[in-house]
Amino acid sequence: MSTTTVAPPETFNQEAFEAFLAQRDDPDWVIDLRKKAFDIYNEKLCEPLDPEEWKRVDLRTFQPQKFALSSETPTGSKLATQLQNEAEFKGQVTHENGHCTLSQVDPSLAEQGVVFGDLSALVHTHREILEPYLMTKAVTPDRDRFSAWHAAFWTGGTVLYVPANVSVDAPLHSLIALTKAGTADLSHTLVILEDNASATLLEETLSGDEESPGLHLGCVELIVGKDANLRYVQLQNWNQKTYHFAHQSGLVEANGFVQWTVSALGAKLAHVHQDVVLNGRGSVGEVNGVTFATDKQKISYYTQQTHNDMQTRSDLLYKEVLRDKSRVIWRGMIKVDKKAQLTDGYQRSDALMLSDTARTDAIPGLEIEADDVKCTHGATAGQVDEEQVFYAMSRGLSRYEAMHMIVEGFFQTVYDRIPVEAVRKTLNDAVIQKLGIGD
Amino acid sequence: MSSLLKIENLHVNVEETPILKGVNLEVKAGEIHALMGENGSGKSTLAYALAGHPKYTITEGSVEIDGAKLNDLDPSERARLGLFLAFQYPVTIPGVKVADFLRHAVSNIRNPDRKEGEGLVPMREFRKELKQQMESLDMKMEFARRYLNEGFSGGEKKRMEILQLAMLKPKFAILDETDSGLDSDAVRFVSEGLTKLTGPEMGVMIITHHERLLQYNTPQYTHVMMGGRIVETGDASLAEEIHSEGYAAIRERHPEAAAEQEQTEALAQ
Repeated sequence: MSTTTVAPPETFNQEAFEAFLAQRDDPDWVIDLRKKAFDIYNEKLCEPLDPEEWKRVDLRTFQPQKFALSSETPTGSKLATQLQNEAEFKGQVTHENGHCTLSQVDPSLAEQGVVFGDLSALVHTHREILEPYLMTKAVTPDRDRFSAWHAAFWTGGTVLYVPANVSVDAPLHSLIALTKAGTADLSHTLVILEDNASATLLEETLSGDEESPGLHLGCVELIVGKDANLRYVQLQNWNQKTYHFAHQSGLVEANGFVQWTVSALGAKLAHVHQDVVLNGRGSVGEVNGVTFATDKQKISYYTQQTHNDMQTRSDLLYKEVLRDKSRVIWRGMIKVDKKAQLTDGYQRSDALMLSDTARTDAIPGLEIEADDVKCTHGATAGQVDEEQVFYAMSRGLSRYEAMHMIVEGFFQTVYDRIPVEAVRKTLNDAVIQKLGIGD
Repeated sequence: MSSLLKIENLHVNVEETPILKGVNLEVKAGEIHALMGENGSGKSTLAYALAGHPKYTITEGSVEIDGAKLNDLDPSERARLGLFLAFQYPVTIPGVKVADFLRHAVSNIRNPDRKEGEGLVPMREFRKELKQQMESLDMKMEFARRYLNEGFSGGEKKRMEILQLAMLKPKFAILDETDSGLDSDAVRFVSEGLTKLTGPEMGVMIITHHERLLQYNTPQYTHVMMGGRIVETGDASLAEEIHSEGYAAIRERHPEAAAEQEQTEALAQ
């Protein structure tokens, strides 16, 4: 192991950390956590990055010192998204440049004990709910330099807490936006569903314009109790000047269910760890991924489905479309613990290449210690089938129209797994827009 | 003026191999032509070359619809000029619903200048028309919501081709062995479906081995291909003769073409 001392980028060094703490008004327990995490961050910087992981994701163009936390509280830009118009939400939380600009929840939910709001505010008022879970179980600071970085500097984020036996029927909305060039956002999403609770959270990330460089160092923690039911969607649609690094992890207790949909349309470089950890007997995790990479985008997903108890089921389907000189990496792992007999693990990644110059790497993997399980994995990658294009053209569709229809159809089989119409429509429209139909 | 599909001295290579060696044929609106011939005679090549499949290269001769030359047009432009091919092996497009696909197709055929992203035929009218056509072909409406040809049986795929023909109302329809691989009920559906669609406005070329399709849709002309050319043309009785007696007599009457066909087949193997 290398012992070289690596200094943090000047925008995230000791001085910057102290200024950050001084400017915030965090309670002591949070400050303690941040300080511990900052030490881990400095230690991790001295350790080399995992070469297996980072040989495919090239960090050479990433200059962290070019991004800094924003101390200005934005005045609240007009950040209307299509999704917001497509559905009726019972609560909305918006973060812009790391600051909460909107936090509202339907009074009927608050009456039932549902907490939905901004992490920076809730650490003052809801310590008893947050402290047991905030980077203690799903994503711990010591995973790597990015998790430690996030744990030290998180800027805020969306918290959803649903007490036992409460069902939140209408979806909730969370928006994370970057609207100022050179800004770093380290927002943290924490969802806690107590036993037999249920909720749907739709989260979006976006940039204010196409040109401003940004950095998102995110973390998503989903805690799904016994018999609880969570639908969580994250639509990543940054501009193509934004770096996106994230650790995302969902823990599911006995007979709990998480359906987790991610879409990656934006970012210059995205590298995301997405883990579903089935801790309780009979728990289920469904994962859907929609990736559409164009231009020189690099999008990387490292997924893990961990089966820690009996009769657990995981089902992951990723669909990736690549065009131009984009690159997509998917490394999927199914891990089955010795005691997790009778589990059913499935993972599949299908890539559709629209250009010869795009490149995809799919690395499925299995680590199985139990002996009575069903685990299936597969990955395909191929060009658009010319016979399909010919067939559609012979019915009067132009070549582009045919290709676009084939791409939409390719994603449709993932949309079919997403029960929220607003999400299907938003995703499809975003794909259509990115395809440049009608341009 | 009645429409005319004119094929003149058509030579076509599939990749580098010459398959069609001078096909001449005229089909007028309202006519039904049967195109027969053994495997390897060039029937399907003619169909694909007319539709504009990229692997089929016209090296000589021309195809025209009402004086507009098709040679250099892509498949979409040919379709917009009024040409339709019912595929022998219809292609599956996963995730694309039959109704969406057809609505785009219909919009382009009826508005040949339409560009992608421009208006589609109004949904209400389209739905109504689709429902009517599906009913008259005895197809369940549920098919409109299914993905194009995905999980369809052989008969369902062929009926889907006929439905597309019904919706697109081309000037000229080529049916490439639409009856092959079907049981007799399915052949009846397809044949009756086609009968309902033919009329004075449409010229039809039926490529077939099967008697049933021609019984329902009696051709005015029967053409026999051999070795990449049309070697004989007659009326419906020629088709009947081939059905009962096979191609032996025709091979004897055209020994050169028969020899060329054997050569091409040997090359292909």
